[in-house]
Amino acid sequence: MKEFFAMGGYAFYVWMSFGLTFIVMATIAINSMLQRKRAVALVKRKAQLNKNSDVVAGK
Amino acid sequence: MFRWFHRLASLKNFYRLAEIITPWLAALCAGLLAVGLYRGLFVAPTDYEQGESYRIIYVHVPSAWMSMFVYMVIAFCSGIYLVWKMKLADIVAQASAPMGAAFTFLALCTGSLWGKPMWGTWWEWDARLTSELILLFLYIGYMALRNALDSHAAGAKAAAILALVGVVNIPIIHYSVEWWNTLHQPASITKFDTPSIHISMLIPLLLMALGFTLFYVVNMLSRSRSLILEREANTSWVQSRVQENKL
Amino acid sequence: MVAVVGLAVGLFLNVFKNNIQLFYTPTEVADGLVPDGAEFKVGGLVAANSVVREGDGLTVQFVLTDNAKTVPVRYTGILPDLFREGQGTVSVGKLDSDGVFVASKVLAKHDENYMPPEVADALEQAKQKAPYGSETVIMQ
Repeated sequence: MKEFFAMGGYAFYVWMSFGLTFIVMATIAINSMLQRKRAVALVKRKAQLNKNSDVVAGK
Repeated sequence: MFRWFHRLASLKNFYRLAEIITPWLAALCAGLLAVGLYRGLFVAPTDYEQGESYRIIYVHVPSAWMSMFVYMVIAFCSGIYLVWKMKLADIVAQASAPMGAAFTFLALCTGSLWGKPMWGTWWEWDARLTSELILLFLYIGYMALRNALDSHAAGAKAAAILALVGVVNIPIIHYSVEWWNTLHQPASITKFDTPSIHISMLIPLLLMALGFTLFYVVNMLSRSRSLILEREANTSWVQSRVQENKL
Repeated sequence: MVAVVGLAVGLFLNVFKNNIQLFYTPTEVADGLVPDGAEFKVGGLVAANSVVREGDGLTVQFVLTDNAKTVPVRYTGILPDLFREGQGTVSVGKLDSDGVFVASKVLAKHDENYMPPEVADALEQAKQKAPYGSETVIMQ
């Protein structure tokens, strides 16, 4: 196992590459989820606004 | 064919289709990446020349492929948007750009981390490396242009033109290693009859590449759906989905 | 429109080609096709049995070949892990008055082949059994 993590002496380069890739891809995925959350919140807010204006208009 | 195309172009239908296929694609993506990583890190043998350091190939090459693939998607969508004013094409291009930039950044960074121990340098003004760096600037320019102009339509149009002009960079990246004397070696698997990479090392690479592609597709679909919701917030189909609490 | 794009691409390629540091082959160096007095790059294979280390342990001399002509190189510094005889390298530096290429940087170049050591050994053995003459080295 120790040998595996040593990567034949190239541990720094190999694990930095895989680690960086993981971080960047995780950031992409988290951002996608945040965007989704924002969009859903926006749509719900608009629905609420429409409802309120309907009430005001006496519908 | 054209009718199918037209129906997909309807944002409502696209939203529904993306909603259905996303979970399946995400599961397949996770499986491919898990098996690819396992086979790439544990099963694939050591390289005769580069030892263990060559394993960087399993993140470097898929990132580099995706950096070009995503650009081609954006360019294709830009062409459709400019000719037919198709909203969906604009949305997919907008959703894709940050991911393309991220993959380009990854390709450059992992390439640097591979170049240092093997070539003896973090960076060279080599044709392949320089053209990949230009690709990163194209992505950044594309995103900046989209936000720079006052109206959305003007920004989208200007960015689409930039994306189409920038397409010339893609064959340069691809063929730079064959046209000129560069430090970067030629491609290992353009020739499918006899790839220059041993089958035991090739399989994990292809698994990872497919996993990266699906990762992009899943996130592109999710981001496109968010953009559709934002742009269509006042339409009746979005509002009725809100009422049913089915977003 | 097509003509304008074509012209733009042509111009871009030209600027790109002139500003990218491509490497010269030993034959081009021997034929004097390299920039005078300026830094440039030479790419070639490290000739067999040509690597000589000097007393300080950091300075190394070797001969670069493209199997047609050769260029002697002197370099002081740390060599990349892949540097060895028979390996492709790209060196950055200048020619001195004796025609020795004084390198400020030596980079190793590897090919696009990836395989396990056993397969490489098997290929090497097969190559040695093959009749003489088929052993031409292609410098990518």
